[in-house]
Amino acid sequence: MIRIENVSFAHGAAPVLHDISLDIPRGGITALVGANGAGKSTLLSLIARLAPLQGGRIVVDDLEVGACRSDELARKLAILPQTADAAPRLTVRELVGFGRYPYHKGRPGRDDHAKVEAAIAAFELGALADRPLDTLSGGQRQRAQVAMTYAQDTDYVLLDEPLNNLDIAGSRALMQLLQHLAREHGRTIVVVLHDLNYASAYADHLVTMRAGRIAEAGHPTEVVTADMLRDTFGTEAGVHHVNGAPVVLV
Amino acid sequence: MTRQTAGVLWLTGLLALAAVSLFVGVIDMAPGDLFADPEALRLLALSRFPRTAAVLITGASLAVAGTIMQMLVRNRFVEPMTAGTGQGAALGILIAVIVTPAAPLMAKMALASATALASTLGFLAMVRRLPPTQPLLVPLVGLVYGGIIGAGVTFVAYQYDLLQYIDIWMTGEFSGVLKGRYELLWIAALVAVLTYFAADQFAIAGLGRTASVSLGLNYGQVVLIGLVAISIVTALTVVTVGMIPFVGLVVPNIVSRRFGDNLRATLPLTALMGGALTLASDILGRLLRYPFEIPVGTVFGVLGALVFLWLLYSGPRHAK
Repeated sequence: MIRIENVSFAHGAAPVLHDISLDIPRGGITALVGANGAGKSTLLSLIARLAPLQGGRIVVDDLEVGACRSDELARKLAILPQTADAAPRLTVRELVGFGRYPYHKGRPGRDDHAKVEAAIAAFELGALADRPLDTLSGGQRQRAQVAMTYAQDTDYVLLDEPLNNLDIAGSRALMQLLQHLAREHGRTIVVVLHDLNYASAYADHLVTMRAGRIAEAGHPTEVVTADMLRDTFGTEAGVHHVNGAPVVLV
Repeated sequence: MTRQTAGVLWLTGLLALAAVSLFVGVIDMAPGDLFADPEALRLLALSRFPRTAAVLITGASLAVAGTIMQMLVRNRFVEPMTAGTGQGAALGILIAVIVTPAAPLMAKMALASATALASTLGFLAMVRRLPPTQPLLVPLVGLVYGGIIGAGVTFVAYQYDLLQYIDIWMTGEFSGVLKGRYELLWIAALVAVLTYFAADQFAIAGLGRTASVSLGLNYGQVVLIGLVAISIVTALTVVTVGMIPFVGLVVPNIVSRRFGDNLRATLPLTALMGGALTLASDILGRLLRYPFEIPVGTVFGVLGALVFLWLLYSGPRHAK
């Protein structure tokens, strides 16, 4: 479980997060949604120790973010970087191999190599393993990065708006990969999403944020309602249910 | 071509060039003379060996420094000699000459390394504020920044009537290298070798801050270690033989395009190629207008630019 207690954060004089407390359950996919500027990405970067905590506490299982060693946390929690960044000239195997760095610190052992090969196999990257990343499609590159996270062998995986540069096929493929990670491998996924329909289709747990505070939290079927869209997103949109799952009409 | 074959080929080439370098110069000397003529041995020890070693160390360590800088800045078009590090080093040594002319050489070196580091940190601070969608702004800002610091160096030197020194630091060439005048470069060689122990860290830093933090790396510390290494190598080069541009730009790009960015595997290759290409340029510079010399930076600039263009427009990249 990720326990967030009384976390506040400000960019200079501008407050971003107001005294947030939230428990993110272990297992499944938790989606953070909210209007632009609601503080979702800031909250995620605080959990990921990408920004320093200004007030409050964040505890991942038994590790306190900011107080525990960074390499210790790296064996518990991984962050999937944006792929929009220039692709490094690494082969898929080299990239996935870096996922083992928190364990071997530059001296990979037999166990590390085995884990890398297992990750390559689990994400069907065998045929691409020796291809450089800059010759792959965006979707394949993202798959390689998810495989790297898998090799990192962390209980928690954080993603900040991973669908930004993906088309519908890429978006669905990535969400299915995340679902696979959560269901088959017991990983806990925390993902900031823009698109409510992706969130309600794939998330087991939905957290909405409004102006630096947590607004609602619960299963998508309870959270995604026309009232919530009006209050949290400031838009009048209808919500239908298809096979029991809420779908926002856009 | 795999990394291993390339490594063996480049090492062979480098050794051949080194042998040639030992026997090319204004004084005629053939390999046979070494056994017959004690003067030949003295020439070798005083001039030819120091020069060959200086060229190899400079080329190899500048190529390594360029690679690390490109990883840390996450831009393939920067290198220490054009982005303010070299100019910062020149500023430091100039200040040392003016303020404490009697200080030991090591103290002057330390000051030059410190100003080089400060100047590089300034460059990094500026670059971090540039929009990531405009990668070409980074080298342009570097050129302007280096130019401004270089102009400051020239201005101060003019005020103190030290322009002839400036010329020595600003244009790199090896004709002045003799035994006793280049040994500081061995420190640069040591620093370049030491960076290899952090090869994985630099490669991960090249993936960006998010990926670095995710893998538990102390990102700020890795960047600082890298910048210190770059600054020391650059400062030692500037003070001992002068600024040599392009080596740190061209060599890392050639290696990266052919063999990728896994520094643990590629850094030795980068060092070999940097040493070999710089030595080839130096030998050419010695032979083209024999008995006069063309500065190595000029020769390398022309050759390097040609190789670089060929590489940019030629076919398969990253053959493994």
